[in-house]
Amino acid sequence: MLITLVLVVGEARYSILGGYQRLATTLGVCVATEVLLSWWLRGRVANVASAYITGISLALLTKPQANILWPFALGAFIAIASKYVLTYRGRHLWNPSNFAIALLVLVAADSVAILSHQWGNDIGTNLVIWTFGLVIAWRARVLHVTLTYVACFIIFALLRHVIVGGPLFAELAPITGPMYQLFVFFMVTDPRTTVSTKRGRMIVVALVALIETLIRLAGDYQIGLLRPFYVSPPILALAMVGPAALFLDLRRKAAPA
Amino acid sequence: MLAWRRFIVTAAFVAAVVAVIILNARATGSSASASETIHLSEVAQASGIDFVHQSPRLDSKVAHIAAHIAALGACVSVADVNNDGWPDLYFTSSRFGTSNALYINQKDGTFRDVAAEAGVGGGTLNRAGEGVSMGAVWGDYDNDGNEDLLVYKWGYPQLLHNRGLGHFEDVTAQSGLRTWMNSNGAVWFDFDRDGLLDLYITGYFRSDIDFWHLTTTRIMQQSWEFASNGGKNLLFKNLGKGHFKDVTDSMGVGSTRWTLAAAAADFNDDGWPDLYLANDYGPEELFLNREGKRFELARAGLEDDSKSGMAVALGDVYNRGEHDVFVTNISEKGFLFQGNNLRLNFLKELGKFNEVATGVVADAGWAWGAQFGDLNNDGLLDLFVANGFISADSTRSYWYGMSKIAGAQGNIFEDAKNWPPIGTASLSGYERSRVLLNRGQAGFVDVAQEAGVTDLLDGRGVAMADLFNNGLLDVVVANEKGRALLYRNIANPSHWVELKLVGTRSNRSAIGAEVTAEIGPGRQRQVVDGGSGFCSQNDRRLHFGLGDQRLGRVTIRWPSGTEQVLNGLAIDQLHVITEPPR
Repeated sequence: MLITLVLVVGEARYSILGGYQRLATTLGVCVATEVLLSWWLRGRVANVASAYITGISLALLTKPQANILWPFALGAFIAIASKYVLTYRGRHLWNPSNFAIALLVLVAADSVAILSHQWGNDIGTNLVIWTFGLVIAWRARVLHVTLTYVACFIIFALLRHVIVGGPLFAELAPITGPMYQLFVFFMVTDPRTTVSTKRGRMIVVALVALIETLIRLAGDYQIGLLRPFYVSPPILALAMVGPAALFLDLRRKAAPA
Repeated sequence: MLAWRRFIVTAAFVAAVVAVIILNARATGSSASASETIHLSEVAQASGIDFVHQSPRLDSKVAHIAAHIAALGACVSVADVNNDGWPDLYFTSSRFGTSNALYINQKDGTFRDVAAEAGVGGGTLNRAGEGVSMGAVWGDYDNDGNEDLLVYKWGYPQLLHNRGLGHFEDVTAQSGLRTWMNSNGAVWFDFDRDGLLDLYITGYFRSDIDFWHLTTTRIMQQSWEFASNGGKNLLFKNLGKGHFKDVTDSMGVGSTRWTLAAAAADFNDDGWPDLYLANDYGPEELFLNREGKRFELARAGLEDDSKSGMAVALGDVYNRGEHDVFVTNISEKGFLFQGNNLRLNFLKELGKFNEVATGVVADAGWAWGAQFGDLNNDGLLDLFVANGFISADSTRSYWYGMSKIAGAQGNIFEDAKNWPPIGTASLSGYERSRVLLNRGQAGFVDVAQEAGVTDLLDGRGVAMADLFNNGLLDVVVANEKGRALLYRNIANPSHWVELKLVGTRSNRSAIGAEVTAEIGPGRQRQVVDGGSGFCSQNDRRLHFGLGDQRLGRVTIRWPSGTEQVLNGLAIDQLHVITEPPR
């Protein structure tokens, strides 16, 4: 519901999609891929709610070069297919949209950027989404994940400010933006790709925030080798930490007592 | 069976990843074959043009991002200042104590700077308390036959009356134009068709900001995409006798959307010149002129497409007899793909423009000035695009620093003190210009390398003119903190025709005159330029390349409304056309 609200409000006020063909492509490919692969590999058609969220996330976050559509089509297919290919003990390891976007940014930087649209940089719209997001996260029992990440981001922002110098607000600024709304409410909280315990989930998002900070410091110190990462630190941090944590969690649970 | 199915899905997954890699590799665009190109040669030094732009030094309160804020002001405009039939060049500099340059065409392939003795250079324009030059446009506002000069500034604009014989007089004080603005663009046009050139000056930063005595650091945009806290654009009506009146509010054209460039032409063919604005941090705007009585902001497919517009170039891309629009924007690998806009004009048919930019047209880098012109005389308008924002330490980039605040709430980055310091970093620096050859329905192809355009300076203003009166369009580029470049066209001669229009009942400069030339099966439309691109102005002589095609009827619609049809114009020569009596 929340992501639909984000989509409707954002499109109505700021035309965030950049063309309905983008949404049609990601939604169409995500749902079709989910239906086809679940039926073909598991003998039953899966609920497409997850594919719907992935499709909207990809449409909102992917900002390609010059009206090209293939990043939406291929990104959508890769996102959903990753749920069936990149698995361990029957669980997929990556949040689908996180995996697709991280991959596109890393291997297709000449064609794809992330969310250049900033929804007007308008505090009113963002407050509405934060309010709804927090309520929904609370009802879905993942509020601890969101709040832990936000708290860690702020602590690490203070730390970066001390290390790097420059204005404190420059370090705090990213979390006030729309990419982080999608990130803290839809990606880090994805129940299918988070570890099994509440404490574990909090530790994992703290680690995500830590890796993100290391990537940001790489950006501040201009470590050229890591340039592909610092175009989108939180997404790439989650793409690294999330699957590793889930893998270890699944392995730990499977180990004999 | 299931294993096979898993294998097939895995193979499809891997194939999709490989497809992403392959398609991404193709994103860099197409290049030209040797048989189709443009030939330019950079001859500024050899031609005696040694102008080097100096950027402004600002209040220390914004020193940490001064390199970003002050990276503007390198502009070029073309006019036949001394009426000798040869186009001359004017460049602006933007630091106190530095001089703008007026290069008079010596008719032998060289130019001579006479700005100081003419009264349009020296230290008279760029000085404390008065501001610094950001660009200039030429227009004969008093119809005395001499091209006058309006210098727009971060400071007080200055109107310099051309008294002939190489001398200019500053007439700003009595003109009604002495209003402090932080302007980066202006256009001469006769919006009410009374035969007197009116003036539209765009505002970028707010007009209450004095960059040398800042009282606040809350001077930046409050949004990266829908900002409306920029300087107010002003429309001045020419009352005659050197007097202008601010009619902005009554005419409804006081946009505060951080306008960086404007161009005027009759986009909807109703006989009245309209205004097209390229706005930074916001959507483009088209103000349709309602018979000189007011302007209306059109809903023309522009309002939702927010980017970082920096130049407005007008050209009839497919010889349809329409003014299409090219607006430059920003592209940076991984961070931002706004893409330049190429908007085909379907106002009459659909009530809107269609955006069709792809490939090399869309993604040129951090693009600034641009102009259309038929650089190979094949009958199709090509496109020159200058790129690059800040070329400093090539090992450091400000893109990451800027990305921290770009997504934030507006009230954070509206305050300059919250911006990360830029230090010595570059920001989309060392980018080459693009020379886009128009191949008609086959699209544009980048031939810069083959054309000999390889400089990596931070291009700003671009202007085109047949500087050597040889039937070939040359390209002049003003570079920020860099030397000006003159790309002389050295193509093999092909057929062409040029028109110099002289208004009688219309303004004498004929600015705003619309000329449609039948070239083979097409009809190419051009307008006499009162300022376009980014802080630049092309020569007002119109150049039509013909290739091997037949030149048919040429129709001139003068700003007065008079239509003049010319048949059987001789080709490969310049025609001076005087506006006929009613």
